Amino acid sequence: MAEFGFHGYERSWKDKIFSMSFTYMLLIILLAIIGTVTLYSAANGDWQPWAIRHIMRFVTAFALMLGMAVINAKYYYKSAYAFYLLTFLLLVAVELTGHIGMGAQRWINLGIFKIQPSELMKIGIVLFLARYYSAMTVQGIKSIRGLIIPAIMTLAPVALIATEPDLGTALMVLLTASVMLFAVGVQWWKFAAVGAALAAMLPIGWNFLHEYQQNRVLTFLDPERDPLGTGYHIIQSKIAFGSGGLLGKGFLHGTQTHLNFLPEKHTDFIFTMFSEEFGLFGSLSVLLLNMLVLALGYVFAFRTRNYFARLTMVGLNTNYFLYVFINIAMVMGVLPVVGVPLPLISYGGTVMFSIMASFGIMLCMSVTYDNYEE
Amino acid sequence: MSDYNTEKNHILSRRLIIIIIINLLAFAVLAARLWYLQVFEAEKYRMMSDENRISTRFLLSPRGTIYDRNGEVIAKNEQNFQAVMIAEQTPNIEKTLEVFKSIIALSEDEEARIRNDLKSKNRFIPVKLKENLSWDEVSQLMLHAPDMPGVEISEGLNRRYPYAELYAHVLGYVGPVSEADRKDNPLYMVPGFKIGKSGLEKYFDYKLQGKSGTVKLEVNAYGRVMKEIERDAGKQGDNITITVDSRLQKAAYEAFGKQSGAAVVLDVRTGEILAMVSAPSFDPNLFTNGISYKHWNELLNNERMPLIDKAVSGQYSPGSTFKIVVALAALEAGIINGETRYYCSGGMEIGNTRFHCWNHYGHGSLNVVEALKYSCDIFFYETALRLGADRIREMALKLGLGQVPNVGLDNEKSGLIPSKSWKMAKYDAQWAPGDSANTGIGQGYVLVTPMQLVTMLARVVNGGYAVNPTFIKPTEKQLSKIKHLNISKRNIELVKLGMYEVVNGVGGTAKKAKFNLDGARMGGKTGTTQVRRISMKERRSGIRHDSQLPWRLRNHAWFMGYAPADNPRYAVAVIVEHGSSGSGVAAPIASKILQETLKLDIK
Repeated sequence: MAEFGFHGYERSWKDKIFSMSFTYMLLIILLAIIGTVTLYSAANGDWQPWAIRHIMRFVTAFALMLGMAVINAKYYYKSAYAFYLLTFLLLVAVELTGHIGMGAQRWINLGIFKIQPSELMKIGIVLFLARYYSAMTVQGIKSIRGLIIPAIMTLAPVALIATEPDLGTALMVLLTASVMLFAVGVQWWKFAAVGAALAAMLPIGWNFLHEYQQNRVLTFLDPERDPLGTGYHIIQSKIAFGSGGLLGKGFLHGTQTHLNFLPEKHTDFIFTMFSEEFGLFGSLSVLLLNMLVLALGYVFAFRTRNYFARLTMVGLNTNYFLYVFINIAMVMGVLPVVGVPLPLISYGGTVMFSIMASFGIMLCMSVTYDNYEE
Repeated sequence: MSDYNTEKNHILSRRLIIIIIINLLAFAVLAARLWYLQVFEAEKYRMMSDENRISTRFLLSPRGTIYDRNGEVIAKNEQNFQAVMIAEQTPNIEKTLEVFKSIIALSEDEEARIRNDLKSKNRFIPVKLKENLSWDEVSQLMLHAPDMPGVEISEGLNRRYPYAELYAHVLGYVGPVSEADRKDNPLYMVPGFKIGKSGLEKYFDYKLQGKSGTVKLEVNAYGRVMKEIERDAGKQGDNITITVDSRLQKAAYEAFGKQSGAAVVLDVRTGEILAMVSAPSFDPNLFTNGISYKHWNELLNNERMPLIDKAVSGQYSPGSTFKIVVALAALEAGIINGETRYYCSGGMEIGNTRFHCWNHYGHGSLNVVEALKYSCDIFFYETALRLGADRIREMALKLGLGQVPNVGLDNEKSGLIPSKSWKMAKYDAQWAPGDSANTGIGQGYVLVTPMQLVTMLARVVNGGYAVNPTFIKPTEKQLSKIKHLNISKRNIELVKLGMYEVVNGVGGTAKKAKFNLDGARMGGKTGTTQVRRISMKERRSGIRHDSQLPWRLRNHAWFMGYAPADNPRYAVAVIVEHGSSGSGVAAPIASKILQETLKLDIK
């Protein structure tokens, strides 16, 4: 098993944790605090109902992150396919129960908590592709043959998620996989070819979208089209951003949010609320914190020489990047509203746990470089 | 193996750099967009945010009170409760209206108006549903308030005219703003806001309105008021005191009984209007909340035209009252003097036409005083023929005829004093001697309003001072600026003597109207103006006298009088439409009014 590079002596979990980046953890904590504070304001200055649960979830998820960080990295490698398969089966199960008669279905109820298999798939696809490509030669990667299995393994779950329907998540899984294919060295022209093919099929795909999804896209292209209906959210969101100005209206003083002009202020539109109260100064700060999280992730990927670990980190970092970019872009009217939350800040358990799990894996991979031995 | 890995790692590192660059670019786009929204367009969005959250409402200032000269209230505000609906605060207008209708009945007209208002006004402006609610209705509405979001009870003020029809033509009335009035003033959109629609309410509207206040409220997305941001209380409308005496106004109106006509009483020294009535009248209180269609039609179709202010809008031939103007013009021009006598045989030839005196038997030889006393037509034909139209016109204009008096009422008419050029322009015909003769007895083309006639009389009997009729007491300074018309005192005394004889002389045309109140007597002049000649056919069917004709074909009756005769202080002009006879119908009314004026001892 020498070629997989996960052997060597096993260090204690304390050793591991102290060799991990505290800066990374600090940035994560800072973002979660910003989330808590904003949720406190979203409830008109009350810990209930969101802020208190957000902080409790974060603490729990932080423990989960540390737990996942100290696991021996080779277990991720070994269980990559199994994890992918399990997640895929859960997706199928969701699809079936959905068909049995509950309409849109994204959840599986496991008694004590509900899980959203599509969230798990964001990690599953990363682990699958990382393992698949770590075993492949450069020639293999550059051949058409090297694309067949990854393409199937990506498109199958994407199709399932898209029909849930959860267009935002489907898009993120697809984009994450694409970025990973790009990272391993799939030629530029192949992306160009697929892009061209997609553009050609766009009119056909349009008809497969639900009406509300079509509306979202149309409204994105022209928010004034229906200022009291679907366009209302994005117009009110832009007003909140703009009226916040340079320094903001002050904590607890955002009029757009506190007077209920802004919908979904505690979930998808939380960045809007934060920016109204803290202005450009605040919004750029959050942007900067997220850039630092991403930058550290890329630093880890550069420092590590283990291919599986590097590729996993690229995938997870890309996933995080997509969360932040899509959410912020959509609330500012740069992208259509596709229902992607802002990790660590938006209220919601699933994203909190899945993103903290992914940070756990990042941290774990970040310290595999020093036991890498050829 | 290691070579593969090394090459794969190199590729990964190279591609990673590209990915990082793409990430950076993407974040740069986000940062640029943030800057664009929060700095570049901040001002625009700040305004939109304020538009979202701030709702401005008007606070109507109470309209000024109007008093008569004795401080009696003649127009005031009365509290009234009204229900309004604010469209942006109700999720379902139809449902809310249904609930409202189940509590308070709405007529079809009212519902149509409400729907129209809801459509045409801004969503944040309250629309009036119903006003003048009783306490019972208010409490019922309060009880059901939770089922009717957006419906509010507001306290409004109603305009009230305690003297009802007595002041209809002086004060006019206020009413809801109509489409035509609207213009761009947002205040005019506020329910319950009334503007002066006619009369002095309209003339002094701006003063009486005061300045409305505003209140800025912070509202949430559902329109609920969260807090008050700013309040400007505005300024109450100014009060106005007019010169009319309500007691005299009442006496003057009642003096008409069932007759139709108008009367104006002036203080001849100042021009103050002490009374101005037009009969029949109407109740202006009916108009303040929007008059019903039925009432409006009744008023509009009444043949005695209660809506018309006959005192300033009614134009009539002055008849013999005009002889005062002709006499004064002739005396001033030196055509005649106190001794000049003409012989009246009952008729005379002018051109090819025979002109008659009203007394077909003739008055014999008379001077100007006697001619006025008996109202001899021949004397004034002779005088007018010698005087000519232009000099008559000059005197008429001097005395205030032929021009709008400008007392501040609607539709004040200028009357008509004809001239040669006027006839040429109007009829394309030369001025004939017969025209001068007709003008000499106030018939033909001459037209005056009662307001003008009383002004003329006041200017004569006050010794030739150009007073102007007014509803607002003139200041000392304004009084000192009143010009003298340069009419000789001697000539004025001659004319006054004539008018004294009309009432007090033996055989004077208005002798039945004379009175003596502690030495105060009346002077004056009668006038009867033909509405239509009695036709030959009517003569054959036995109609000899005017009073036998249908009402609307009978002659108009004039009387203008002043008192006390020796030191004139008050002047009155009375027209009784289709009253047949100046001496028989108009003079007694004028006499009654002047006696009342003297008794009241007006300050």
